[in-house]
Amino acid sequence: MSIATKALDVQTTDYLIEAREVVFDFGETPALRGANLSIREGEILAVMGPSGSGKSTLLHCLAGILTPKQGEIRFSGQRIDTLSENKRSELRRNSFGFVFQFGQLVPELTAEENVALPLLLDGLRRNEALSRAREWFERLGIEGLERRRSGELSGGQAQRVALARGLVAHPKILFADEPTGSLDSLTGELVMELLVSAARQDGTTVVLVTHEPRVAAYASREVIVRDGLVTSLTSDTRAL
Amino acid sequence: MTLLGLLEREPSHGYDLKRDYDTYFGRSKPLPFGQVYATLARLSRDGKVAPGEVEPGDGPDRKRYTITDIGKLEFETWLREPVEPEPHLQTVLFAKVVLALMLGRSAEQYLDTQRAAHLQRMRELTELKRRDNLIDALLADHGLFHLEADLRWIDTTAARLPYLAQAVAS
Repeated sequence: MSIATKALDVQTTDYLIEAREVVFDFGETPALRGANLSIREGEILAVMGPSGSGKSTLLHCLAGILTPKQGEIRFSGQRIDTLSENKRSELRRNSFGFVFQFGQLVPELTAEENVALPLLLDGLRRNEALSRAREWFERLGIEGLERRRSGELSGGQAQRVALARGLVAHPKILFADEPTGSLDSLTGELVMELLVSAARQDGTTVVLVTHEPRVAAYASREVIVRDGLVTSLTSDTRAL
Repeated sequence: MTLLGLLEREPSHGYDLKRDYDTYFGRSKPLPFGQVYATLARLSRDGKVAPGEVEPGDGPDRKRYTITDIGKLEFETWLREPVEPEPHLQTVLFAKVVLALMLGRSAEQYLDTQRAAHLQRMRELTELKRRDNLIDALLADHGLFHLEADLRWIDTTAARLPYLAQAVAS
């Protein structure tokens, strides 16, 4: 190991992202108690578990949004939990995409500006960013909605806009936290179908937090978080 | 009864009935020809279908069958009746959990294994749905909702295991 890589704490690994013995507390309440999880490139992994089990906390730790109290998070072998907030923010912009339960679109922006946001934050020129954003409207079947604001979109439309925003910068990993939680069954299926098709086509790794078995069934593998620990129901050989 | 329904649509040869049955209802278990003709013979004997004249040509399948008024009435009655809801109060899943608790074995491990098997089947059905065929999707959905109901039971049972262990021990 060279001095440079040692300083960055990089390890060779078969996994794109890993949590090792991760501990996280919300004040006095333990959320993760030594969670381990390894995800291969291109895998679509469902993280299941009852409410309050720590599954969303695990996603936030993996994505560098929360910093574990103990343990390590590694992305492409590099430890990211010890990076500065600036470096982690840059990593989130460049390598990660996000979709949350309620879309969380910026209400002041149009749908296409929302989708273009990650590209604009990354310094792309406005025209180029909007042009790339518009390609996603056709891909996800929401063409014609580009100029609408979030208040003028249905739940399913807003979630597809949020999905486009999560994927527009071609992230290595898409983190999706209950992406269909606020949608009816058929609209949820449509969003999942689009999410999985786009991810498979682009080779994007997906970490999907859900408590719904029908949503988890779109994944290639599932784990369960119980009492802050991760239980693997099956080996990850299927992902190879 | 399904064959009667297909005949209600239009008079058909045995071959047509098998083809349509397999397309809509026999995805995982195609209907053997022998069973088609045996069923048609029985329906004919009971006066629910009427075989037509033997048509000129080669091959054994030269009779076109037509549904009779008795057959139509029977089919209509069947179609209106609700299917018996099946509460499955004594399933194998239930028996395994209770016996595991009774014998001091790991019911949780069994439930996890069962959960993985259910999710694997749900994954297969979801892939089937993704083929963009509405008939496949309808069939797969039926399976998915039933498996999901089992999974909810598995989750609830897993959460109650300590109390269930006490109940079984007492």
